[in-house]
Order: sequence, then C-alpha cells, then structure tokens
Amino acid sequence: MNFETTIGLEVHVELKTHSKIFSPSPVEFGVDPNANTNVIDWGYPGVLPTTNKGVVADGIIAALALHAEVEQHTHFDRKNYFYPDNPKAYQITQADKPIAHDGWVEVDVDGVKKKIGISEMHIEEDAGKNTHERDYSYVDLNRQGTPLIEIVSKPDIASPAEAYAYLEALRQRIQFTGISDVKMEEGSMRVDVNISVRPVGQEKFGTKTELKNLNSFNYVQRGLEYEEKRQQQVLMSGGSVRQETRRFDEKTGETILMRVKEGSDDYRYFPEPDLPALNISDDWIKELGDAMPEMPTKRRERYVNDLGLTDYDAMVITQTKEMSDFFDATVALKADPKMAANYLQGDVNAYLNDNHVDLQATKLTPVNLAGMINLISDGTISSKMAKKVFKAITAGEEPKAYVEAHGLVQLSDPAKLQPIIDDVLQANPQSIEDFNNGKKRAVGFLVGQIMKQTHGQANPQVVNKLLMAALQH
Amino acid sequence: MANRINREQVQHVAGLAKLEFTDAQLDAFTPQLDDIIGLFETLSEVDTEGVEATSSVSDQLNVMREDVADNWGQSQALLKNAPDAARGFIKVPAIIDESEDN
Repeated sequence: MNFETTIGLEVHVELKTHSKIFSPSPVEFGVDPNANTNVIDWGYPGVLPTTNKGVVADGIIAALALHAEVEQHTHFDRKNYFYPDNPKAYQITQADKPIAHDGWVEVDVDGVKKKIGISEMHIEEDAGKNTHERDYSYVDLNRQGTPLIEIVSKPDIASPAEAYAYLEALRQRIQFTGISDVKMEEGSMRVDVNISVRPVGQEKFGTKTELKNLNSFNYVQRGLEYEEKRQQQVLMSGGSVRQETRRFDEKTGETILMRVKEGSDDYRYFPEPDLPALNISDDWIKELGDAMPEMPTKRRERYVNDLGLTDYDAMVITQTKEMSDFFDATVALKADPKMAANYLQGDVNAYLNDNHVDLQATKLTPVNLAGMINLISDGTISSKMAKKVFKAITAGEEPKAYVEAHGLVQLSDPAKLQPIIDDVLQANPQSIEDFNNGKKRAVGFLVGQIMKQTHGQANPQVVNKLLMAALQH
Repeated sequence: MANRINREQVQHVAGLAKLEFTDAQLDAFTPQLDDIIGLFETLSEVDTEGVEATSSVSDQLNVMREDVADNWGQSQALLKNAPDAARGFIKVPAIIDESEDN
C-alpha cells in the first residue's frame, strides 16, 4: 500500500517588543519571578487592557514577510480555559478575524522548489510559566501578556523534510524582519505539529496525531519521520490511528503516547469586549512595507547573480540578517565577495561557535574584515599571515595598523626579492643542475630556501615568477 | 419547558467551569438556564434589517498605546494578595496535566 502524508504546523513566534501586548509591563528575561507584572497581567477585576500598537505593527510586518493578506478589519477574541498559568481564565487571541490570511513561503527540498501555504496568522498573548515541585506548583506571570504571533500552515506539507524546510524558511524570513529572535532553544519560536497519513487516492484526510516536546527543527523532522512510519504500520496491519497526543523522546527517537483526545476542545470564543476593533489603513501597511529589509530569498538571488557566490555560500550567508548585513557591508568596502563569504562561513562562524556569541556581540566589524581581505587581495599579506590578523580583528584591532606593528608585511617587491633569489641560486648550483635535468622538485627546494631567507614574508606567487624566469634564463 | 438547553449541556458547561453538580442541582438549574436563554431570545425580535454585523457595541476604533514599557511596581502587593506565595512565585496546588494552550 502506498501512502501520502499530510503535516500541519502551528508556529508561535515571540515578539521583541518593549512592553506586553495589553499592558505596559516590560517584556524582558532574567528578572525576578512576577517582577514584570501588574494588575492587568494578573487579570484583576475592573482593569482595562489596551492594545500595544507595536504588536499590531509587527503582525502586519510578519504578514508582509510571509506574503499574506492583511485583514484590515480585525479584532480580538476571548478563548476560555482554566489553567493556573493564566489568571484571567481566558486568553486574548484572534479567532474570527485574524490579522492576516493566505500567505506562503517557498521551500527547496533536494532542489525541488515548492510553495507552502499559510492559512492564517494571528496575534495573541502568551501565558505565564509554571514550575512543578513535589506537592506544589509555582507560577511566574512575567511571560503572561508577552506578545506572540501564531502562524498556521495549510495542509500542503507532504513530508518531514518539507516540514523542516518550511520552518527554516519561516525562521529566516521572520528573523530578517527583526520582530523576533526566533530561536527555538530560547523559546522565542515554538512549534506544534500534527501529522496524518492516508492511502494514495483516498480523498479524506487520515486521523491525525499531535506531537509535543519538539525542541529543535531536527527533532521536528525526526519525530515526524517516526510518526509517519508508525501510522503507516498501524494502517497496514489493519488497525486505525487514534486521535492522540504523543511525546517525542529525544533519546530513543520514538514517539510515546501522552493522552488520547476525546471530543473536540470547547473554548467558547467570543469577541473581546474590552478591546475596540482595529481598522488597519492602507497607508500604515505601505509605511511598514516600505521600511522592510530585503528578504533572504532576494539577497540570495543577488549574491549568486551579481556577486558570483555559489548557492551554498549564499544560503549560509543568509542564515541571519546580521550575517547577511555584515557581508553586504564588507563587500560595499570593496572586499572580494568570494573571500568575504569564505571568511564569514569559515573563520567567523568558527569563532562565533567557539565563543557561543552572536555576530553583533563581537568586536568584528565589516570595516576591519574588509580591510584584512583587501590586504590579502593586494598582496600585502599572505593568507597564512591573515590567520594572525584575523585573531587581531576579533579583538577589535585595525588590520593595517596591526600588520605594520607586527612586521607582517609580505615581501612582494621584485627589486627586493631578486637579490635574495640570486643569492640562493648561487649557493645551490646542484639544484640548478637538477632543474636543468628535468627534476621539477628542485623548484620546491629553492622556494623553501627563499622563504627561509625572508622569514616567510616573501610573496610565494612573486617568488615563483622570478625564480622560474631566472632558471629558464 | 421549551428545551432550549438540556441536562447534558448543563453538565457539560458546569464541567468547563470546573463545577460539579448533584442530580438535584442539575434538575433545578436546567429549567432556570432554559428560562434565561429564553429571555435573551427576546433580542431576536429586534428588527436588524440593513444593520451591519459587529463584534463590538462600542463605537470606538483603533484604541492603541505606543510600545513603551512602564513597570508599575505592583508585584509585591499582588503577591501579598495571592492565596499563597513563595520566593516571588504564586504557590498553587500541584498541577499534573500540562496545558496545551498558548
């Protein structure tokens, strides 16, 4: 039996606003529990929430970044549920008229391009956080009211690899807008997935299961792969898939039953009476659209078509907006694009990984990186010397000054190199004879001698040229 | 009784509100809720021909504040009002089932 798979993803993105979505309490991390809460966050009777304009703006920006249509007559709704992380007993969200609908992102899986649809996206408040100890649970409402955007995919995703590619495309586009850090490991991007399989040709979708505890894109893909196979096996052995929630076990790579879903949720949504509806003007949408940074897909096209980078280089450089901006600024300073890309992917990325820092938190600047690359390009330093210079620019040093202060200047002047070459040739008549007898290895020996004489500062290309000219004389 | 709501629905709604009713209470509340819904049905007598549907009874629109953080410094007072608190947290009976919502 052949099966087709349908995957749905709900992605929550935490916005980087200064204040909460309905109260002016600060949005920040690492403060004492409940320190950033007020009567609105606690849902005291009689308080009046007010919509944060920055959150609505971010919703519009996300919509534009994901090619979605902004719903210009939008409002909030109440979703009723009891849980101690939410003292109001309801979450203010959007159900009836979400801020945007019908978007898409393009993914590329093994060279095959595909558009994945986004059915809708809405803005809402996050809940507080509970920690559990033996007899009690402890509630911290600092996160209560932190703004979120939830992005719901259309049932277009047909494989776990596509799910991964979709998340990566979503992450990049949102990251480039700057409205969120979109880091799964820090909780600013959270992913809920559901998956069903059905025999090819069957019109009705199969029964879907939900997966929890997927803390990285990799786990999303692996969890879905396991679940896809499990459901196929259930169907092939004549069974039927139950509607249930399963947990992904990172150690075994398996999914484990958490609970069986009975009936549908009953949240009794109704329009939020405390918050007036919103009419989003064409002007506002245009203003936000005009201020949008260039998206990663556009940048990749430019890097490949105009700057001659490979697809792979372009992909790595556009992982984050910071990296891509850094690259653009470096190239704008006349650095060779290919070399700039190589340094960013190689030495710079290694430095960031070793030190667990983001690019913007380092002392590296496009001016200094471009300065170093230009010193390599014009022959002032060799790429071997550049290793030392790179270390210096990570400490914020100016490359030219560093090179001069440490005598790292490459010897490229033929007028200075020629006498040294002549001396070496004179001291090694045997090598000249070997060369004349067709032993090409003699050249390597002579170059080595010249490098030794110049303490490694001779420009190898220039040395080679001069040496060959002298030998063939 | 007009059967606008039945016993099972009352029980379901009570469950959503984390309430437990005895049989006698269900017998009493079902017709009472039925009457209340009946009162609201009066609203359907209003002629709404040509009136656009709305999500709000207020004529206000686009009431928004700028994204400026302001800590009102209320956390200590709020924690004092909580039934129980410890180390700055609100202390509640152990929660077993993790919520799916956010």
